[in-house]
Amino acid sequence: MTLEAFADTIVPGERRSPDDRAVAGAAEGPGAVAAGAVELLRTPATGIHTDLPVLADMLNEHARAYADQHGLTLDPGVPAFVALAFEDRTALVRSLVAPGHPEKDAWVLLALFSNMAFDTAAHMHTRDALAEGHPGLLAMGLMEPSPDGLWRFPAYSYGRRLADVHPDTTPSGSPR
Amino acid sequence: MSSVERTDVLVVGSGFGGAIAAYHLAAGGARVVVLERGPWLESREFEHDFKLGSSYTRIFDFVVGDGMSVLGGNCVGGGSVVYFAAMPRAPRFVFDRQGSIGRRIWPKGISRDTLEPWYDRVAEALPVTGQDWNEVTYAGGLWAAACAHAGLTANPVPVAVDNDKCTNCNWMMAGCRFDAKRSLLFNYLPAALAHGAEIRPLHEVQRLTRTDDGGYRVHYNVIDDEDYRIHTASGTIDAKIVVLAAGAGATPVILQRSEADLGKMPHAVGRYFSGNGERLNTAVIDEDRVREVLGLSREGGLAYAANQIGRGPVVANWDRLDGDLPEFSRFSLEQLYFPPGLGTILAQAPDAEDAGAPTWFGVRKKEMLRRWQSWLTIFIMSEDDNEGVFGPPPATGNAMRISQQMLGRGNLRYSPTLNTARGWAEADAAVREILERDGLAKVRPWTNDLVGAYTVHPLASCRIGDDPATSALDDRHELRGHPGIFVTDGSAVPTGLTVNPAMTIAALAERAMPAIVRAAQERGIPVRYGAPAPDGATSARRAVEPLVPGMIRG
Ligand SMILES: Cc1cc2nc3c(=O)[nH]c(=O)nc-3n(C[C@H](O)[C@H](O)[C@H](O)COP(=O)(O)OP(=O)(O)OC[C@H]3O[C@@H](n4cnc5c(N)ncnc54)[C@H](O)[C@@H]3O)c2cc1C
Repeated sequence: MTLEAFADTIVPGERRSPDDRAVAGAAEGPGAVAAGAVELLRTPATGIHTDLPVLADMLNEHARAYADQHGLTLDPGVPAFVALAFEDRTALVRSLVAPGHPEKDAWVLLALFSNMAFDTAAHMHTRDALAEGHPGLLAMGLMEPSPDGLWRFPAYSYGRRLADVHPDTTPSGSPR
Repeated sequence: MSSVERTDVLVVGSGFGGAIAAYHLAAGGARVVVLERGPWLESREFEHDFKLGSSYTRIFDFVVGDGMSVLGGNCVGGGSVVYFAAMPRAPRFVFDRQGSIGRRIWPKGISRDTLEPWYDRVAEALPVTGQDWNEVTYAGGLWAAACAHAGLTANPVPVAVDNDKCTNCNWMMAGCRFDAKRSLLFNYLPAALAHGAEIRPLHEVQRLTRTDDGGYRVHYNVIDDEDYRIHTASGTIDAKIVVLAAGAGATPVILQRSEADLGKMPHAVGRYFSGNGERLNTAVIDEDRVREVLGLSREGGLAYAANQIGRGPVVANWDRLDGDLPEFSRFSLEQLYFPPGLGTILAQAPDAEDAGAPTWFGVRKKEMLRRWQSWLTIFIMSEDDNEGVFGPPPATGNAMRISQQMLGRGNLRYSPTLNTARGWAEADAAVREILERDGLAKVRPWTNDLVGAYTVHPLASCRIGDDPATSALDDRHELRGHPGIFVTDGSAVPTGLTVNPAMTIAALAERAMPAIVRAAQERGIPVRYGAPAPDGATSARRAVEPLVPGMIRG
């Protein structure tokens, strides 16, 4: 749940149900969580899958400290980071990934993978992701491949000269 | 195995520097072994797939440093397999660059004129060709039209692509499935194999030690095919000559690790690293304005919305490659496709900053992602100050590997000087002036906050030069104080180039060959210089013939 809330801070989405706590509902349409962020983080290929429980604990500790600092009372029924409002999650994540933060590397990595779940569905074959209507690829408008699964774009050029070339250009097109 | 394995020449890495050396030495008659860290893939294995573990991550090495991250190839063929194949020659003024040391950095024997015949050899080998406007993609066309609208010029860039085979799929970075990209897998490497060179993939060189007969012992680990964090074996090979070509992010690390045994390395090993002054700007295009202002339209009634279509950089603006301008204010602006996953995260949402919102994540960034088909990426190559320095080497390879593949943490430190920062700012402003004019787009540079500056053009970490204090190699690419070790990759290039570097890396490697062949002969290796182009063509060879005696004078 904590990691879901982190991923949702990176690419926010709509709640999966009215009582969804991890997803804050800060943006329309599905976000990183619906796109499979936690699934991606759990793939061994990421190399951080075994660190996830530790990262979640650390994040909740940071959330408690943040709440103390800002005089916030946290709902004890959910992990501390989940209990934060979206704006507070955002502010905390901003400080964790800021240049100079001693744990920056770890949080940037978590952010990278959260983002990749949305913009590439890196835990799935891209064809399958498209066939299943992966929300991130759909939102970005990724075009469909040819039937053999490879992309080809027979139309690709405006087909006309659109600028003058630099006067100091060699015949093959290099600068002089 | 009790007997020591021996070869005449051992080449480390199979990118431009490695492949060219392997070919010439093997064709000349030497026994050549190439050790390559990455896997050896065939075209049918180049996948259109973003899944972790597909060719899109298998054949890459992304090393996060302190202030600079380096993306490079990790496979047989090196960067040529993943690159965009833009192959311009460096402009004339580059060879006169002084940086902040106040005198010419490049060896006196090298200028654009003296390098030209060596460029010709590469152009014939790959081959490199010009493009006409009918071959220019929508993204390139849009960039050209925007430049023209701003009163500027724009050039179709010379490429090592067979446009007849290209499907404009934009998966170049995962390796070309259609054999349209003329990577080293089609020319120098098969020709080297035909002459008996051996290429061993998944062999990562760790360090060199000396042998009793004045040669070198090369120590390697064998890497697991799927999880590059796992080493399955290790071994050594003795060689009379070693050619290091592991790329500018790895070659100096091998030398640093070898220092304990080989003795002191030149001061410049692992210093003066340049990221080629590289930087990306992401524009979100206003489709209506493009139609109205630039008069562009394509099939389906669209104006642009073609970010996914194409093939890397095809059009560049070179107005600022002007030798009359002061150093650090010259740059090129090249349109580029950068796929999701590897870099989308660094794109900053326009307007987010003004609203006090995060720029690279959160609600506004998600909105920006929805307009992804209308993105246009502009790549800046400016003059940096060679300010990168490598810290102590990691345990193995050139990084502590985090993910199974691709991602690692390295020891490169890069803190831009005022010169570099000013160059970036000027180039950023120029992009903005062109693309925000008349409301065509909103544009922001990528952020350095996450993984530092980001380069796919690492250079100069082990550079050639005339001054032993600031260059690791003499102008024949031999490592100072360590005869028989040569470096022919991007680390030898002394400065950023303001254009894509592969053509210059390759031309310098071609130029280094006569001297390496001579050194091999002096060590009793029966080898001759003079191979034709990999496909047998000879016109470029004829043109360099008169230069060869000058190259091998000792
Ligand atoms: C995405 C991308 C796009 C690019 N587009 C362009 C472009 O359009 N035009 C252009 O000019 N340039 C481009 N480049 C840059 C270009 O690829 C490099 O400049 C060029 O490949 C560098 O050549 P090299 O010989 O120095 O090293 P590389 O080509 O990087 O080769 C080094 C090889 O050494 C191997 N290696 C590393 N360490 C070891 C070790 N310890 N033991 C054994 N092997 C090792 C690596 O796996 C690699 O195969 C691009 C790069 C990238 C990543």
